[in-house]
Amino acid sequence: MGELSSIWREADHRYRLIGHKCNNCGTVYFPPRDICPKCHRESIGKIKETDLSGLGEIVSFTVVHDAPPTFSRQRPYVMAIIKLDEGPSLTGQIVDCDPDEVKMGKRVRAVFRRIREDGKSGVIMYGYKFALDE
Amino acid sequence: MSEVYIVGSGETKYGELWDRSLREIAVEAGLKAVENAGIYSRDIQILYGSSSLSGTVNGQNDIGSLIADFSGLASNNIPAVRVEASSASGAAAVREAYLAIRSGEYDVAMVGGVEKMTDIYGSEMLDMMSTTLDREWEAFFGATPAALAAMSARKYMADFHVDKETLAMISVNDHENASKNPSAHYRNKLTLDAAMNSTMVADPLNIMDCSPISDGASALVLASDRYMKKNGMEGVRIQGSGIAQDYLALHSRASLYRLDSTAIAARKALDQAKVRNDDISFVELNDSYSIYGLLALEDLGFAKKGSAKDLVPDEISLRGRIPVNPSGGLKAKGNPMGATGVGQFVEAYLQFRGKAGERQIKDPEHAMLHNMAGSGSTSIVHIVGGD
Repeated sequence: MGELSSIWREADHRYRLIGHKCNNCGTVYFPPRDICPKCHRESIGKIKETDLSGLGEIVSFTVVHDAPPTFSRQRPYVMAIIKLDEGPSLTGQIVDCDPDEVKMGKRVRAVFRRIREDGKSGVIMYGYKFALDE
Repeated sequence: MSEVYIVGSGETKYGELWDRSLREIAVEAGLKAVENAGIYSRDIQILYGSSSLSGTVNGQNDIGSLIADFSGLASNNIPAVRVEASSASGAAAVREAYLAIRSGEYDVAMVGGVEKMTDIYGSEMLDMMSTTLDREWEAFFGATPAALAAMSARKYMADFHVDKETLAMISVNDHENASKNPSAHYRNKLTLDAAMNSTMVADPLNIMDCSPISDGASALVLASDRYMKKNGMEGVRIQGSGIAQDYLALHSRASLYRLDSTAIAARKALDQAKVRNDDISFVELNDSYSIYGLLALEDLGFAKKGSAKDLVPDEISLRGRIPVNPSGGLKAKGNPMGATGVGQFVEAYLQFRGKAGERQIKDPEHAMLHNMAGSGSTSIVHIVGGD
């Protein structure tokens, strides 16, 4: 997972939450996609980048105890599906709080964080996590 | 078009097979199926191998050739490819073989599903299994298959007032049935108390809500009605085959607890077979996580959304209205991913031939087999039985 180019090319989306918008129907997508599932070929050439606020609410969440090696130092961590105010939903961690404070329906905001690292001397990968917005 | 019958099946024991290799278990299952069908391996016209993770876990791709070669078929030069659809690879391979025969192009096909998972260790395996998710937008951020199932479970339990005992009873039922299946990974019975108090994996799911990491191989011989009659063979008919796909990532789907791909695949298979849910004698469903057992019961058409709890535990037992996973299911028979979907057919074949021993369903008419990729990105449903 640690290939440099595969991390670099997603940086705008993971660092600054740049989504995609179909300018044929107006639907906003995140993660980005090059074809609108509603408009199909009518969306070709009409998908444009769009800024997302990073604000949204928790649809559901879990506290992960059994984690892959690159996440074992973060255990236990909260994973959630967040519905952003602009429409799309995404998967990310909830941080800076006690897991007991996390509830479905709570408001969150995106924060920029270290996501994982490839061992001691490998690449450090950054991106979005979420904090409770109170 | 030809009708397609299962005419032979074979499988290894599922479990931690430390002393057996990928190719050894694949060949063992295949040879058992050939022997069981009463044919010779030279009679096989096409072979489909299935595996979800052999390329990553074992570093071995092209297992179609591997299986054909070590089954002694290399110089027969038959077509042999691998079919991959994550944890639905097994049923996907059966379906390809079914279509190959149904089209009239072939009369005898072999399907060999295999997974050799214990060649790497626990937490590394978790990383490998996360390759079946959306790698860039789910797994990258720390999501695991169990974490996604847990998020579906939490929302489902809250919206429909379902308690954790109900989830655990799916696993208890699997273990009860697996105790009667010599091929099963786990043959111990599981108490509700033990299930509820096991190690937490991804809250609210604990380890007894999760299917294990299993090695295993399952194989089938399929034949056309024409071939079967000509050779005086008997078989169990594949009456309907449905497959449907959904968004790869859970966060992109319409609902966290509606398995749309499962509902659509089930409808297609039932319509093709001209069979209704009430006609189904038992179901083998894809409970890789206990929550999926409940969701699948609903989306396969056995209960309305949110009401599968009414079937648990009594109606899903071997003597219930709709017996679930007589084999022991993914939790207890085991989940060697690429073999799992093929193994469901092996169970159905044994049941219809009256060879399922202590777990035998009395006079089954139709069985429904449900194999699913990841958190529901692909579902494949088959109806077998009938005449």
